[in-house]
Amino acid sequence: MRRFRFSRRLAPRKGTFAWAFAVLAAFSLLAASCGNDDDGPAVVDQAPLATATEAPAADPAPAADPRGDALGDGSLGVVTVPTGESIQIRSLNAISGPVAFLGLPNQRAVELAIADYGDISGFSVDMGTPLDGLCSSEGGQAAAQTIAADEQVIGVIGTSCSGAGVAAAPLITQAGMVIISPSNTSPALTSDFQGNPGASYNVGYYRTAHNDLVQGAAMANFVFSELGIDNAAALHDGDPYTQGLASAFRNSFEELGGTVSGFTGINKGDTDMVPALTELAAGSPGALFFPIFQPEGDFVAAQAPTVSGLEGTSLLAADGLLVDDFLALTDSVGMHFSGPDTRFGTNTNQSTGQNADQILAAYTQAYGEAPSAAFWGHSYDAATLLLDAIAAASWVEDGDLHIDRAGVRQHLNSVSGYSGITGTLSCDDFGDCASQKITVLYHQDSEDVEASKENVVYSYP
Amino acid sequence: MHKTTKQRTNVDWFLTVLRVTSLAMIAAGLLAFAAQIIDSNNPFARWANPDAISLTGEQFQGLVVTGLAQGAMYGLIALGYSMVYGVLGFINFAHGEVFMVGAMTGAITSNKLAEAGYWESSFVLCLMLVVALSVVVCTITAVIMERVAYRPLRGKPRLIPLITSIGVSFFLQNCVLVLLGSTVKSYPDLPNWLTDKRTFLEIQGSKVLVLAVAALAMVGLWYLVEKTKTGQAMRAVAEDAEIASLMGIDVNRIIVKTFAVGGAMAGVAGILWGLLFRSVIHTTGFLPGIKAFSSAVVGGIGNLGGSMAGGLTIGVAESLGPLMILEPLGVSGPSQLRDAVAFAVLIIVLLVRPSGIFGERLPSEERT
Repeated sequence: MRRFRFSRRLAPRKGTFAWAFAVLAAFSLLAASCGNDDDGPAVVDQAPLATATEAPAADPAPAADPRGDALGDGSLGVVTVPTGESIQIRSLNAISGPVAFLGLPNQRAVELAIADYGDISGFSVDMGTPLDGLCSSEGGQAAAQTIAADEQVIGVIGTSCSGAGVAAAPLITQAGMVIISPSNTSPALTSDFQGNPGASYNVGYYRTAHNDLVQGAAMANFVFSELGIDNAAALHDGDPYTQGLASAFRNSFEELGGTVSGFTGINKGDTDMVPALTELAAGSPGALFFPIFQPEGDFVAAQAPTVSGLEGTSLLAADGLLVDDFLALTDSVGMHFSGPDTRFGTNTNQSTGQNADQILAAYTQAYGEAPSAAFWGHSYDAATLLLDAIAAASWVEDGDLHIDRAGVRQHLNSVSGYSGITGTLSCDDFGDCASQKITVLYHQDSEDVEASKENVVYSYP
Repeated sequence: MHKTTKQRTNVDWFLTVLRVTSLAMIAAGLLAFAAQIIDSNNPFARWANPDAISLTGEQFQGLVVTGLAQGAMYGLIALGYSMVYGVLGFINFAHGEVFMVGAMTGAITSNKLAEAGYWESSFVLCLMLVVALSVVVCTITAVIMERVAYRPLRGKPRLIPLITSIGVSFFLQNCVLVLLGSTVKSYPDLPNWLTDKRTFLEIQGSKVLVLAVAALAMVGLWYLVEKTKTGQAMRAVAEDAEIASLMGIDVNRIIVKTFAVGGAMAGVAGILWGLLFRSVIHTTGFLPGIKAFSSAVVGGIGNLGGSMAGGLTIGVAESLGPLMILEPLGVSGPSQLRDAVAFAVLIIVLLVRPSGIFGERLPSEERT
C-alpha cells in the first residue's frame, strides 16, 4: 500500500532536530516563566525613597517620648514617612489570567477599605500599583521581590492563591513587612491547629481566610453525615491549595469512619480527565470531591458521568469553582460546593463602621459589577486590620510619621474579638485570624446562579 | 546510525542500554497489568504495587476511545506542522495558536447561534456553519501569518523563521487575550445524541463524531495531495522548490496554499476540541500544539499519514499509559504524569527509530 507524502526527503536531517528540540525546550521554559515579566516596572511609587529604614538605636531620645504608646521594640526597623508622603501598603493578587475572578475583588476591596479608613495621623495611605501574583508560585515570587525591594512598604494584602503565597510569604516577611492574605487557605501556610506550624509558615504571615482543615472537615462531615455516603474519592491539581484541601477532606473523612477509595491528581492545563477519573472509578466511590479551578473543573464535571463506575457519583467542589461561569454550565447542576460563609448579614467592620451592604453598594458603584468571588469581605477586613496595626505602631515626630515594623506584628498578634465584615476575628499564634465558618451550597439551576449561591444546605461548625 | 565501520562507541552502548531499559519497563508494567486482569490475587499482579487496581472492560474501552479522540485532534493539528515542514523545512510553532483561534471562533459563533435559538432547533446546520466559519478564520490567520511573518524570511537560515514562529505564537495568544479576555469560553450544550453514550458499543456520540470527521478530513487531504494539480505542485515544491519554479510552478502560491490547508485542518480540529471539551481559553493551543508537533515527529515529519498515526499513538499512549504501565509499577499519582508519558513516547520512538514510525531513512549523502 502506498503512503501519501510530500517528498522522499522526509527523514529528519541530522542536526535539524538537535536545534529543533533545543528551541522546543527553550520555548517551554519561556512559556513557563513568561508571566514573571508581566509586571515590568511595577512598583511605580517613585516618591523620594531617601527615607530608608533606620535603626532604633539611632533615634535621638528627646526628653518627652514622642512615641507615646506606639507598639513595637524597633527590632525590625522603623519606617519614616516624611511630611506630605503617603504610607505605603501593597495589594498582591491574581489579577490577570483565569483566576483573575478571585484576585480582582480582593484588590478592589483593599482600595475601598483604604478610602473608608481615611488618613492615619494625617498621612494618607497609598496602595501603589497593584501587583499580580498570577496564582502561581513564580508569579508570587516575582511580585514579592518587587515589593520587598521597596523599603517604604509596611504590609501587603495578598496573595489570592496559596501557591503564590508559599513563594511570596518568606520574601515579604524577611523584609520585615507583614502579609495578610484574604484568600490563602492552605494549612501549610499557618498551622494544623494542634500547635504545629505548617511547612510554609513564616512569622509575619496572617490571613483572614479560613484554614482548609476546617473546610475539609466541613465537607467530610457533610458527605458522611448529611449525604450518608461512606466511600468517597478526592482529586486535586497539584497546587498547594487543592492538594491541601483534598488531603484535609481525606483525613477528616477517614477519621469519621469513611473510606477514601481513591485520591489522585491531575495537572493544570489537562483537558482529558478520563484517565484520572477511571483511576478513581476503580474504587466505586459514592462521592467525588474535586476542589480545583476552571477550566479543569469544567472537564471533570462534564466527563465524570461518562466514565464507567462514576455514573451516579455525587460531585462536590470547593469555592474555587463557585463562580458564575462554572455554575452556568448544565454539567454543574446537582453539585455541592463548600466555601466560606458569606451570609454577612449586618456584620459591621469596627474600624470603618461600614457594613457588608454598604461596601457591596460602593463596590458595585465603583466597578460596575458585583464581586466575582467570595473573598472581598475577607480582603476588606484584612486591609482594615493592617491599617489598624499601622495606626497602633506609629507616631508623629517632627512632622514625619514613624512606623515600627515590630509594632505592626505585635498589634496583629494581639487581635482578638475584632468585629469584621466576615464575623469575629481573632489571630492565633500562627496567623490564622478568620472566623472559620464554612457553608455547603447546593446548586440546582444553571439558569439562576444567584439563587444557588445563597442556597445554603449545611453550615459548619 | 550509519557507521562506516562496525565499531561501536560508548554513546552507542549507552543508547542501547537506554532502549532496552525503557522497553523493559514498559514490558514489565504491561505484564503486571495483564497479570492483574487475569487474576488480581496472583503474586505477579502486586509485586510492585500492592494497591494496584485493575480496569473493567468498559473502563478500558472508555480509555481507548478517549485516547483515540484526543489523538485524532493531535493528528489533525500535526498535519499543519508536517505540511509546512515538508514544503518549507521549518517548524511553524504558531500552528497550535491557529488551532486555538479556530476553537475560539467556534465558541463565539456557537454561543451567538444558541442565543438566537438556532443551535437547538437545527443543530447539524449550525455545526456545519460553525465549522465553515472556523475553517475560514483559521485559513485567513494562517495565510496572513505566512505573508507577514514568514515570507520576508524566505531563503534565510531555517532557525530564523523558527524563532519568528515562536514570536507569532505569543502574538496570537496575546491578541486573543486582549480581544476576548482571560475567562474560559464555553460552548453551548450539545444535543443528547452527542453527549449520551450510544447503545452502539457504549461510545459517546461526540467521540464518534470526532473520529469520523478526522477520518473525513484525512481522506480529503489525501485526495488533495495525491489526486489534484495543486497537490502535485505541493509535492514538487517539497521535492525541490527551485526546480519546481523552473517547471512553471508558482512557488509562493503553493506555499500560501499549503498554509491555508494546514490552517483549515487546524480549524476543523478546533471545533472538534470544542465539541469534546466544550471550553476554550487563550492558552488552549499551547500544549496540544506541542503534542501535535511531537505526533508529527513520532509519525515521521513530512509524512501526512504518519502525522495522523503519530497523533493517535500519542493520544492512546497518554490515555492508557498511566494506568496500564505506571500504576502497576507503583508510581504514585500516575494521572499527573500523562504529559510525561506522551513525551516519553516521543523519546522512545526517536531512540528506537530515529526517523519516526513512517519516516524514511536516507542514505547519508542525502542529509544536509
